[in-house]
Amino acid sequence: MATDTIASAASAGRPRIKSELMQQRVRAARWFLLPMMIALAVVAGWPLLRSIYFSFTDASLTDLYGAEWIGIGNYLSWRTLDSGRTIYRGLLVDPAWWNAVWNTVRFAFWSVLWETVLGMIVALVLNAEFRGRGLVRAAILIPWAIPTIVSARMWSWMLNDQFGILNDLGLRLGLLSQKVAWTATAETAMTAVLVVDIWKTTPFMALLILAGLQMIPKDIYEAAEIDGVHPVKQFFKITLPLVRPALMVAIIFRVLDALRIFDLIYVLTPNSAATKTMSVLARENLFDFDKFAYGSAQSTLLFLIIAAFTILYIWLGKVNFDGGDR
Amino acid sequence: MKINTLLVGLLTSVTLVMGSAQAAELSIVSGDTGNGLAFLRSQLDKFEAETGNTVTVVPMPSSTSDQFGQYRLWLAAGNADIDVYQTDVIWAPQLADQFLDLTEAAKDVVDQHFPSIIESQTVDGKLVALPAFTDAPALFYRTDLLEKYSKPVPTTWDEMAATAQEIMDAERAAGNADMYGFVFQGNAYEGLTCDALEWVKSNGGGQIVEADGTISINNPQAAAAIDRAASWIGTISPEGNLAYQEEESRGVWQLGNSVFMRNWPYAYALGNGDDSAVKGKFDVAPLPAGDGEGAGSAATLGGWNVAVSKYSPDPEEAIKLALFLSSAEVQKERAINQSNLPTIEALYDDADVLAASPFMANWKEIFQNAVPRPSAPTKVKYNEVSSLFWSAVHNTLSGNGTAAENLEVLEADLSDLKGDAW
Repeated sequence: MATDTIASAASAGRPRIKSELMQQRVRAARWFLLPMMIALAVVAGWPLLRSIYFSFTDASLTDLYGAEWIGIGNYLSWRTLDSGRTIYRGLLVDPAWWNAVWNTVRFAFWSVLWETVLGMIVALVLNAEFRGRGLVRAAILIPWAIPTIVSARMWSWMLNDQFGILNDLGLRLGLLSQKVAWTATAETAMTAVLVVDIWKTTPFMALLILAGLQMIPKDIYEAAEIDGVHPVKQFFKITLPLVRPALMVAIIFRVLDALRIFDLIYVLTPNSAATKTMSVLARENLFDFDKFAYGSAQSTLLFLIIAAFTILYIWLGKVNFDGGDR
Repeated sequence: MKINTLLVGLLTSVTLVMGSAQAAELSIVSGDTGNGLAFLRSQLDKFEAETGNTVTVVPMPSSTSDQFGQYRLWLAAGNADIDVYQTDVIWAPQLADQFLDLTEAAKDVVDQHFPSIIESQTVDGKLVALPAFTDAPALFYRTDLLEKYSKPVPTTWDEMAATAQEIMDAERAAGNADMYGFVFQGNAYEGLTCDALEWVKSNGGGQIVEADGTISINNPQAAAAIDRAASWIGTISPEGNLAYQEEESRGVWQLGNSVFMRNWPYAYALGNGDDSAVKGKFDVAPLPAGDGEGAGSAATLGGWNVAVSKYSPDPEEAIKLALFLSSAEVQKERAINQSNLPTIEALYDDADVLAASPFMANWKEIFQNAVPRPSAPTKVKYNEVSSLFWSAVHNTLSGNGTAAENLEVLEADLSDLKGDAW
């Protein structure tokens, strides 16, 4: 795909004359891409195909190679009872699954929304010229550099109802009247996860947006200033449209990441239906329960849902991954 | 002189090389950390010295469900790298196909162990794993507080709750705002299955799925037992208890902030450590009983075992290692150093063991009331049964429906899961 882009860019640049040099470059590019393509096929393509295959079988972990093809039974099956009533079984009518889908989508929506707004603010601040800017830029990346498992553990102690620093601070400052079990109850558990995720990934968002901001030529702002355009109007009329391509790419990265959220939820919250996401549920079926095929079906559906989101987003948002839709 | 030393050295190295040519290189997994890992290593060193084999410890995450997932995968893939697995007491029926039958190898020693434990590791007449140590929880209580308010050690759950409430209120009035009455394991995980099984069983409500495979959980006594536990949350137990595992409850307890705690024996040795606020101020008793017909104290059976992978390239040496780790000699060391309960009955009367861990005498009584989780009748579906059960209980504890409503749904889910047979 990427080679085609190069090739088409080349042919677009020089419609008729395909120089020897250009062809050579295209060939070289193909060779350079080959190792990556092979690696991707082995570590991503093959497992994906295997999962999809297993989702149509009755595989169990005790007897993986004795799996037999059962068609779409894991997704949907039905039988008619003696009374004439038809009952449906399978993933597509499993309330636990749709609950997990809803949890995931809700999580992805709120986390990406907050991360985008906060990331934009942070990026605007960092884009301004001030002393020690390099230091602040490095410092703000720290939450993102900490492995998620580590930060999840860290936060779970900070949020702990008895020994947690948040409860201690809240009580001392008089913000709380009693200790709150943040991760234990259904109402606050999802909020707690959101807070931690936003804390962790806002820097990533800020960094990508900052890169976009720095591409905007300074003379546009100078011209606007001379014309006396209000800074708020400048932001909405100049900054936002020009940073949009970078922003759209940043958002899609985050959405993909958020839709497969696993570690934070797994470490931080009790294993209850209120916070279970698609990945958590799929893992449970794959390894904890004796339902490898059912878990594979869930993984496959998770893949399809993420793929659908991405395609829809690129189509609706007219995202251009070449970085130039100006 | 010099030449002699050289010769001796040469000879030794020759014998060593010859010895190791026949000896096996074994691998064992361990989810233990710190002291526990060091202890295992010290025992393995002995084994190496005795047999000439070398044993490598492969470290694993400490969460048992993470371990289980990994072992499942390895065994499914026929992994020959691991020879000996350490298994939880409930895993035997789920992994039975992948382990060697130890009946023949252990026929001389099985009689030393508690029969119920050997039974829990026997699947269709095949001895899947040998017990290394056992576990049964107890009611930890603060001797100083009970004495101060002149209360007896509670024998029923209601008595426990009343005592806890009274002492908690009095202590809070006296200025200890962080005081609670009772902490247990209320997170939605395997530990809650253990806790709730005790409430249900001690109230005469059966054991979720009976030994013959019938689903018995939907009954009024079970519902009453779980409703009773739900009434503790936010009164004698903190709200946060809904997210506590063993370590969180021990944290509250060991800071001196709870009158009672339900926990496993490991907390005994730690609670008497030098940095503990409750050092010398607590003791253990059998868990309280409920009321109604068939009520009586119940403790969920835990414990760890050693199993030999059928994919091991050196099954004979691996079996020797399993036998060694479950032997009286190692179990005695374990009881003295790690305060783990032996599975060999005679060790409970051993003077050295009792001198090092005097509380073990108390545990014999607790252990006699031990009830197994329904892992044997539900076979490979046990994890899902357990998950459905703890979810129903966790919902009730969080005020999401009454126990009767949730147990009715649970019964329907379990019947669906069971199908024609487990």
